[in-house]
Amino acid sequence: MSLKSKSRRQQWLMLSPAILGLSLIVILPFFLSIWFSFTDQRLVPRPIPTQVVGFRNYERILTDDEFWQAVGNTVLFAVLVVPFQLAISLGAAMILNSKLRLRAALRTVAILPLLLPMTVIVAIWAVLYRIPNGPFNAVFQLFAGSGNYVDWLGSSSTAMVAIVVLSAWATFPYQMLIYLAGLQDIAEELYEAARIDGATRWQQFWNVTWPGLRNVNIFLLIITTIGALKLFTQIAILTRGGPNGSTTTIIYYLFKEGYQTQKVGFASAVAVMFFLAVTAIALLQRKIFKNEEET
Amino acid sequence: MATLSSTRPSRFTMLSAGILFVGVVAPLMMAITISLNPDEQRILVDMGTWRAFIPTVISGQNYVEVWTDPVHPFLRYLFNTTFITLTTLILSILINSMAAFVLAQGTVGGRKLLIAIILATLVVPAESLVLPQLIMASRAGIIDSYEVQILPGVANAMAIFLFYQFFSRLPRDLIEAARVDGFSFFQIYRHIAMPLSKPVVSAIAVLQFLEIWNSYLWPVMVTRGPEVRPLSVAMSAYFGTNQAAWGNIMAFAVSMAIPVILFFLLLQKQFIASVVSSGVKG
Repeated sequence: MSLKSKSRRQQWLMLSPAILGLSLIVILPFFLSIWFSFTDQRLVPRPIPTQVVGFRNYERILTDDEFWQAVGNTVLFAVLVVPFQLAISLGAAMILNSKLRLRAALRTVAILPLLLPMTVIVAIWAVLYRIPNGPFNAVFQLFAGSGNYVDWLGSSSTAMVAIVVLSAWATFPYQMLIYLAGLQDIAEELYEAARIDGATRWQQFWNVTWPGLRNVNIFLLIITTIGALKLFTQIAILTRGGPNGSTTTIIYYLFKEGYQTQKVGFASAVAVMFFLAVTAIALLQRKIFKNEEET
Repeated sequence: MATLSSTRPSRFTMLSAGILFVGVVAPLMMAITISLNPDEQRILVDMGTWRAFIPTVISGQNYVEVWTDPVHPFLRYLFNTTFITLTTLILSILINSMAAFVLAQGTVGGRKLLIAIILATLVVPAESLVLPQLIMASRAGIIDSYEVQILPGVANAMAIFLFYQFFSRLPRDLIEAARVDGFSFFQIYRHIAMPLSKPVVSAIAVLQFLEIWNSYLWPVMVTRGPEVRPLSVAMSAYFGTNQAAWGNIMAFAVSMAIPVILFFLLLQKQFIASVVSSGVKG
């Protein structure tokens, strides 16, 4: 019996650092976030005590045009980047899954963007997008004539698209590797059978590859969407939400209100809504795919 | 190892492979080319031409300037990032594996509930917790320190989950035999479970390494000066204050990228396996 209780004490000792850590780093902040969202909590303590303000933060956020612009931009970013990036990732994975010579070397090269810190990628792309004669503008001038250029990051009609292309480049290898593993799980016999039936490459893709990637697609759709909704670093360094708020995102808005303007209570309400939205989207996407499976 | 087609790759595949290669390599070549050119005027003139992608001058001047800049001590930043990353990884692997072993093989009550709670915390986006974490950190007086950058990464629900999955599948007989031989619970973990868990350790190391190496939002909020600032924040500060000096900015960027690329080339197999294992759980 004493042996058992000794083992039990050992087990609690082994368990406690992680449990304590998670409580302090995730669980306590999570509930604090909810609590702060109903108060006028500031970042730096003030002489006036913090007060409970009920739903006032939520009311103010929901009537703030800048917030809705941030929501709109974030949704636009996700809607653009998710299909674009997944298409690139799948295409790249299919190339790497073909009988290409040097494909191991190509895979190593293709992974490189994933390894580069986002801050490094942002600096490189700032050069690519540079006005008046960065590489993108040099290509543009081939068509539009010299002297013409586009301020890719500095005009509100192109800034978000420029961020989309940069972001897809920065993180596509992650999805590519997962697609590649998915492609390798599809049995070669299925392709052989399809070829015997006279299926073209295009038909093989739609009838063998695409259905075979179903679960991978669900997983990648969910995590890529959630990743897209967290867009921050690129914005904070390159555009600071501009021009005219055209690249403000939810997390950037949260950072600006909570950290720069120090309105923690207000920004916590943004955080709570963000958490609810992310959870809802994940559940919704899962449910849509489940229903599709049943019908 | 199925491949899409048993025939040789089509022209379309070869062309796409070429586009993929150029698309990834061209921006990197540009960064290297610019970093090797000490003449800022020349860099601006060459920017829209092929000379921006293939080095015509090779000079280490920008690198020397970046590494010896007293305002932005690059080597200090490199040390900071390396120290923060390694410490977080070691602590994370230690405490998360211990907890996971108890959850998978232990006898204490409430394990099911704890696992459910740990899995639930995975849903919470870290970005939505930064403000209360910041207030807690400033109350604790650890702003602008290494601790404040290390502690948030140590207890990690994803790491617990990956270890838990692995430890749950250890054969019962193995554990039982060790117990009969007089091993205590901790000794079974230390001498039997951990030595077997190398693949999980490397998966977690790679995933967390990328996460910490890339983290920006948290370090930008909790660091003030160069003493404890990591490379990612330093890079953006450097970029923000030296907008005209592209040669130096690119030398900074390349210097920052090289350690992680070397690390990757050494551990490429584990790296790919880790990314895939993070995906399989879905």
